Amino acid sequence: MIRRTAHTLLVMVLSCWAGLAFGEMRFNLQDQKTALGHTVYDLHNAIVLICLIIFIVVFGAMLYAIWKHRKSVGHQAAHFHENTTVEVIWTVIPFLILLGMAYPATKTLLAQRDTSSPDLTIKVTGYQWKWQYEYLQENISFFSMLATPRAQIENIEEKGENYLLEVDNEVVVPVGKKVRILLTAGDVLHAWYVPALAVKQDAIPGFVRDTWFRAEEPGVYRGQCAELCGKEHGYMPVVVRVVTAQEYDEWVAQQQAEQGTAAAATATTDAAPETPQAPAAEDAGAAAPAAAAGGDGAEVYAQSCGMCHETGLAGAPKIGDKAAWAPRSAKGLDVLYGHAIGGFNMMPPKGGNLALSDAQVKAAVDHLLAQSR
Amino acid sequence: MASSTHTSPNSYYLPAPSHWPVVGSVAVFLLMLSLVMWMNDVNGGFLVMAAGFAVLLYFLFGWFGTVIRESESGLYNKQVDVSYRWAMSWFIFSEVMFFAAFFGALFYMRALSVPDLATGDNAELLWQGFSGRWPASGPGIEETFTPMGAWGIPAINTLILLTSGATVTWAHWGLKKNNRGQLTLGLFLTIALGILFLSLQIYEYVHAYHDLNLTLGAGAYGATFFMLTGFHGFHVTLGTIMLIVIFFRALKGHFTAERHFAFEAVSWYWHFVDVVWLMLFVLVYWL
Amino acid sequence: MEAVHGHAHEHGHDHHGPTGIMRYLTTTNHKDIGSMYLWFSFAMFLLGGAMAMVIRAELFQPGLQVVNPEVFNAMTTYHGLIMVFGAIMPAFVGFANWLIPMQIGAPDMAFPRMNNWSFWLLPPAALLLILAQFVPGGGAGVGWTMYPPLTIQQGMSMDLTIFAVHILGMSSIMGSINIITTVLNMRAPGMTLMKMPLFCWTWLITAYLLIAVMPVLAGAVTMLLTDRHFDTHFFNPAGGGDPVLFQHIFWFFGHPEVYIIAIPAFGVISQIIPAFARKPLFGYSSMVYATASIAILSFLVWAHHMYTVGMPVQAQLYFMFATMLIAVPTGVKVFNWVATMWKGSMTFETPMLFALGFLFLFTLGGFTGLVLAITPVDVQLHDTYYVVAHFHYVMVAGALFSAFGGIYFWLPKWTGKMYDETLGKWHFWLSFIFFNLAFFVQHFLGLAGMPRRIPDYSLQFADFNAVSTIGAFGFGLSQLLFLYIILKALRSGEKAPQKPWEGADSIEWTMLPTPAPYHSFEKPPVIR
Ligand code: HEA
Ligand code: HEA
Ligand code: HEC
Ligand code: CUA
Ligand SMILES: [Cu+2]
Repeated sequence: MIRRTAHTLLVMVLSCWAGLAFGEMRFNLQDQKTALGHTVYDLHNAIVLICLIIFIVVFGAMLYAIWKHRKSVGHQAAHFHENTTVEVIWTVIPFLILLGMAYPATKTLLAQRDTSSPDLTIKVTGYQWKWQYEYLQENISFFSMLATPRAQIENIEEKGENYLLEVDNEVVVPVGKKVRILLTAGDVLHAWYVPALAVKQDAIPGFVRDTWFRAEEPGVYRGQCAELCGKEHGYMPVVVRVVTAQEYDEWVAQQQAEQGTAAAATATTDAAPETPQAPAAEDAGAAAPAAAAGGDGAEVYAQSCGMCHETGLAGAPKIGDKAAWAPRSAKGLDVLYGHAIGGFNMMPPKGGNLALSDAQVKAAVDHLLAQSR
Repeated sequence: MASSTHTSPNSYYLPAPSHWPVVGSVAVFLLMLSLVMWMNDVNGGFLVMAAGFAVLLYFLFGWFGTVIRESESGLYNKQVDVSYRWAMSWFIFSEVMFFAAFFGALFYMRALSVPDLATGDNAELLWQGFSGRWPASGPGIEETFTPMGAWGIPAINTLILLTSGATVTWAHWGLKKNNRGQLTLGLFLTIALGILFLSLQIYEYVHAYHDLNLTLGAGAYGATFFMLTGFHGFHVTLGTIMLIVIFFRALKGHFTAERHFAFEAVSWYWHFVDVVWLMLFVLVYWL
Repeated sequence: MEAVHGHAHEHGHDHHGPTGIMRYLTTTNHKDIGSMYLWFSFAMFLLGGAMAMVIRAELFQPGLQVVNPEVFNAMTTYHGLIMVFGAIMPAFVGFANWLIPMQIGAPDMAFPRMNNWSFWLLPPAALLLILAQFVPGGGAGVGWTMYPPLTIQQGMSMDLTIFAVHILGMSSIMGSINIITTVLNMRAPGMTLMKMPLFCWTWLITAYLLIAVMPVLAGAVTMLLTDRHFDTHFFNPAGGGDPVLFQHIFWFFGHPEVYIIAIPAFGVISQIIPAFARKPLFGYSSMVYATASIAILSFLVWAHHMYTVGMPVQAQLYFMFATMLIAVPTGVKVFNWVATMWKGSMTFETPMLFALGFLFLFTLGGFTGLVLAITPVDVQLHDTYYVVAHFHYVMVAGALFSAFGGIYFWLPKWTGKMYDETLGKWHFWLSFIFFNLAFFVQHFLGLAGMPRRIPDYSLQFADFNAVSTIGAFGFGLSQLLFLYIILKALRSGEKAPQKPWEGADSIEWTMLPTPAPYHSFEKPPVIR
C-alpha cells in the first residue's frame, strides 16, 4: 500500500519535472566571466564532489545496513559498541579532508580580497532603491534604477526578457581592466551583487568597503541588490555593461559632455536625484523621493516650514546648516519623511499645516535636504 | 506513598499549583506593551504602565511571600538548597553575559569602528577631518562634550561599593556567628552605602547632562557610557531593594546560622554588581 | 530523595489540583507543562507555516500577485521569528519537560513553579508578535535577523517585536536554569552523568548555550531600541557606531542559536535509533564529547554569516577554518548513528523513519553548510536561496523531523495510546517527498543567483520557484495529517503496551508504567 503510493507520487513528481524542463534550467553557478569567477566555480564543484563522495560512502553503508540488518530478514542484533580505534579514524579522516579543502579556499580568498592597483575606480552608493555610480577620476556620476515598467510587475503587461534586471543607466566598464568598486550606502544596508562577475559586497552607510573584478569579455551582466533594504529590495538591479576600451573612452567622453563635468569634481554634490519610477511607489506611505507628486518642494517649504527652519525657531535645524542635517540624514530618508509627516519632538506633524499631502511634505523635505548638503 | 511526611528532612519540596506565574506574565505583558505605547506616543500608555506595575508588585509580593513562607516552615531540604545555589549561580552568569554584550559594543566602537571611520577610504570619501581619538562622539556629530573623569565621583563610588562588599561580608560573618546585631548593622550599612552610591550616580548624571554636554546622544562615548553605567545602576537598585528585603527579614528573625540561602544569594548578587563596577571603572572611566 | 508536594497533594497517582483551564494556568507539573509547550509550539508552527504559505504563494510566479512587498517582507520576518522562537525551540523544551525528570529518575523539575512561568511567558510574547501585524505601518519587514539601519526605520511593530524577543529570552533563560539544575541536582542515586540517556546530555549542553547567548541577544535588541528611541548611536556611523556591530552581536547569539535548535534534535535521534536498531548507541561517551565540542565551537564561528561585510581577510580566514572544524564533531555523530544501525536488527516504524529522514537530510544540509563555510564560495551564495535551502534542510528536515519522530516515539509513553502506524508512515513519506520538492530546487535558485527576501524575481527563476511552491503546499497540507493522527490517537488510539518499542532501554520505559503516572518518580528509583 505505502510502497504503491510512494511509487505513484514519484511518477507524478517526475512528470511534473519533465513538464517544466523545457524552460532554461541551471543547476550550478552562472557561467563566470572573470578569472576569479572560474576559480570560485571550480572550487565549488570540487567541494560538492568531495561532499558527494562522503555522502555516498556514509549512506551507502547506512542503506546497506537498512537492507541487510533488518529484523524482517531475520537479522539478529550484534551488541558491540565503543571502539576507540574506529572513533579516532573517523575523527582524523574528516579533519584531513577539511585541510585539503582549506588550502585552495585560502588561496582563492586571498586573491578575491586583493583590490590593489586597479585600473579604474568606481564609487557605488546604495540608496533606497537605486544605485549611484561615481567615476572618481573621470568625474562622471549618475543614478541607476529599475527600468521595468510597473505594468509588467502587476501582471498587466507581458513581462520582458530582462524583467526586473534592467535599469535606466547601466554602469559601463572596459573589458580586461581591473575595476575596483568602492561601496557605501546612503540609508540602509544594500549589497552589490553580480553573479557572473563573482562579486558581492555589502554597502554599509558611513563606511566604504571595496571589491573588484576584471571582466574577460564584453557583454551585459545582470545582478541585484542582495541585502534586505526595505520594501523595494527586490527591485534594485545592478547592470554592468562591459565594452571594449575604445567604446569605453567614447562613452566617458559622451557622459562628460552631457554632464558638463569634465573638470570640476561635482560628482557627489548634485545629489537630489530625479524621481525614480519606483515600482511600488504608489502605495501609501511609500518613501521614494516624491518631488514630482508633491509639486514644488521649495514653495511648500516657504509656506509651511520656513517659519521655523529658516530661523531655528523652537530649536528647529536650520536650512543650509550642514552640521545639523548630516546626522539627521544619516537616519535615512524614510525616517525623516516619517518625522516630517508624523511629527518628532518639537517638530509638529506636517509643520502644523495638515492640509498638506504626504507627497508635498516629502517634497519639502527633499528641498530642505538638498539645500543643506 | 512516602510523600505524606511533609517535613521529612530528605524530601524534595514540590510546590502546589500556583497562580503567581500567570500573574507575572500579565505584569510583563502590560509593562512591555506600555513601553511600546509610550515610545510611540500612543495615548493611554501611562495607564497601562501603572496597571503593569501594580500587577508586578502584587506578583513580587505574592511569589516571594510564598517562597519565604515555605522556606521558614522548613519545607526546603538540603537538596532544594543546592538547587537554589545552582540556579542563582547560573542566573548571575546570564547577567554577566548581558553586560558582556555592552562591553563588547564598547570594545568594538573604541577599538574598531571609531578608528576605522578616521582612516583609509572612510576618512577620505566620507568623513574628512574626523580624528577618531577616544573619547569620541563620532564623525557626524558636531556638538562636543567633556568625558567623565575617573578620579572624582567615580573613584569615590568605587570605594563605596568596595566598602559595601566588605560590610555585607561582615554581616554574613555576624549571621554565621549568630550575632544578630552585627548582621543587621552590616546590612544596614550596606544598604546605606548602596543608596549613597546611587545618589552620587544620579548627581553625576545631572552633572554630565548639564555641565559636560555628555548625553545619551553623544555618539559612541555617550551611548556606551550611559548604557553601561545605567544598566549597572539599575542592577545596584535591584540589589539594594533585595538587601532591604533581607534586612527586614533579618529584623523579623528570619535566617539561622546554618540556613540562610536568601541572604547568600543577595550577597552574591551584590558582589557581582561590585565586580561589574570595577570593570566599568577601569574600562569606561579610567582607560 | 523523595518528593513532598504542596497542599494539593494526595496519595495515589491521581491529580487533585484545580481543574479545567485553571489546572493549566496554575500547574506545577512537568508533564502538564511539557504538553502545553508542545501544543503551543504546534500552534505556532501552523501560524509560521501559514506565513510560509503566503511567501510561497507570492513566489509561485514572477510578478506581484498575492501581497505587496511590505507584507511580503513582514511575512518573511515573522515566519522566521515564529518558527525559530515559537515553534522549534518550545517544541524541544516540551520534550525536555516531559522527559528529563523521567529519564533521570526525578519527581519533577527542580523549580516547578518557575517552570510554569517559563511557559506562560510565551503566550504574551506570541501575542506581541501577532499584534505587530496589526499596528499602523504593519509588521516590521526587516528579516528575523533585524539588521539596522533598516530596523531603525520601522514603526511601532518593531518595538513590539523587540519586546517579544526580550520576553522570549526571559523564558529561555529561566527554562535553561531549570534544566541545568534538574540535571545536575535531581538525578536518582546511581544515575551518574555518564549513565544519563543522551537526550539529557544534549539538553544540559543546550541549556548552557541558551544561558550564554540569550542575554546577548537581549543586549543587542536593547541597543536597537535605544538607537530607535533614545538617541544612542550604537549602529549609526555618524555617532561612531557601526551597523556591522549589530551583526556581530546578533550572530554571536545567532550561530549558537542554530545549535540550540539542532542539539536537542540530536538527542532525540540518539534515543530513537538505538531503540529501533535494537542495539546500544555505538559510542556513548564520544557522542557526549562531540556534542560538547559542537557547543564550544559554536561560540567561535559567528562571523561566517558576515563574509560579505568587508572584514579584514585574516578574520575571514579564521572564521572559515573554525566553521569548517564543526564538520568534525558533527561527522562523529553521524558516523555513530550509522554504526549503531550496523549489524542491528532494524524495524522501521514511524519514529525510525523520521530518524532516518533526519539523518539523511540533515547531513545533506550539513554539507551545504560546509559549502557556505568556504568564504569565496559563500560570497557568491550569501543572501541567496542557497542559504534558504541550507537552513531549511537542517531546521525542517533536521530539527522538525526529529521532533515529529520524538512525538511518535514517546506518544505511547505520554498518553498510553498508540498512533495509527499506517497514517504515521504516510505522514513521513508525504513530508519527505514534498520537503525535498520544496527545498531541493532552492539550491539551484541560489546557485543561479536568486536573492532571498524578494517578493518577485526575474524570469530565469520561474520554473524552480513553481516547483518549490507546489512542494511547500504539499508539505504544509501533510502537516494537517499529523494533527489528525495525534487527535485520533488521543481520542481513540489503541491502548499502548508497556514497552511498544522492543529496543527502548532508558528508564522511562523500563521503570515507569505506561502511560506515565502524573507524578514521576516520587521515590527515587535505584539505578544499577
Ligand atoms: C539547525 C540549524 C543549523 C545547523 C545545524 C547548521 C549547520 C551548519 N551551518 Fe548553517 N545556518 C542555519 C542553521 C543551521 N546551520 C541558519 C538558520 C542559517 C541562516 C540564517 C540567516 O541568515 O537567516 C545558516 C547559515 C549558514 C551560513 C551563512 C550563509 C550565508 O548567509 O551566507 C553558513 C556559512 O558558513 C553556515 C554553515 C554551517 C555549517 C558549516 C554547519 C555545520 O554544523 C554542518 C556540519 C555537518 C556536516 C558537515 C555533515 C555531517 C558530517 C560528516 C558526514 C563528516 C564528514 C564531512 C566532511 C569532512 C565534509 N550556515
Ligand atoms: C525551524 C524553522 C523553520 C521552519 C519549520 C520553516 C518552514 C518553512 N519555511 Fe522557512 N524560514 C525560516 C525558518 C523555518 N522555516 C527562517 C529562519 C527563515 C529566514 C527568515 C528571514 O529571511 O528573515 C525562513 C525563510 C523562508 C523562506 C524565504 C523567504 C524569503 O527569503 O523571503 C521561504 C520561502 O520559500 C520559506 C519557506 C518555508 C516553508 C514552505 C516551510 C514549511 O516547512 C512550513 C510548513 C508548515 C505549514 C504550511 C503549516 C501547517 C499547515 C497549515 C497551517 C494549514 C494550511 C496549509 C495550506 C493551505 C497548505 N522559509
Ligand atoms: C513649529 C516649528 C516647525 C515647523 C513649522 C516645521 N518644523 Fe520641522 N522641525 C522643527 C523642530 C523643532 C525640529 C527638530 C526636532 C528634533 O530633532 O527634536 C524639526 C525637524 C525636522 C526634520 C528632521 C526630523 C528628524 O528626524 O531629525 C525634518 C525633515 C523637518 N523638520 C521637516 C519639516 C517640514 C517639511 C516642514 C513643513 C512642512 C517643517 N519641518 C515645519 C520645527 C518645525
Ligand atoms: Cu538595496 Cu536590497
Ligand atoms: Cu551559523
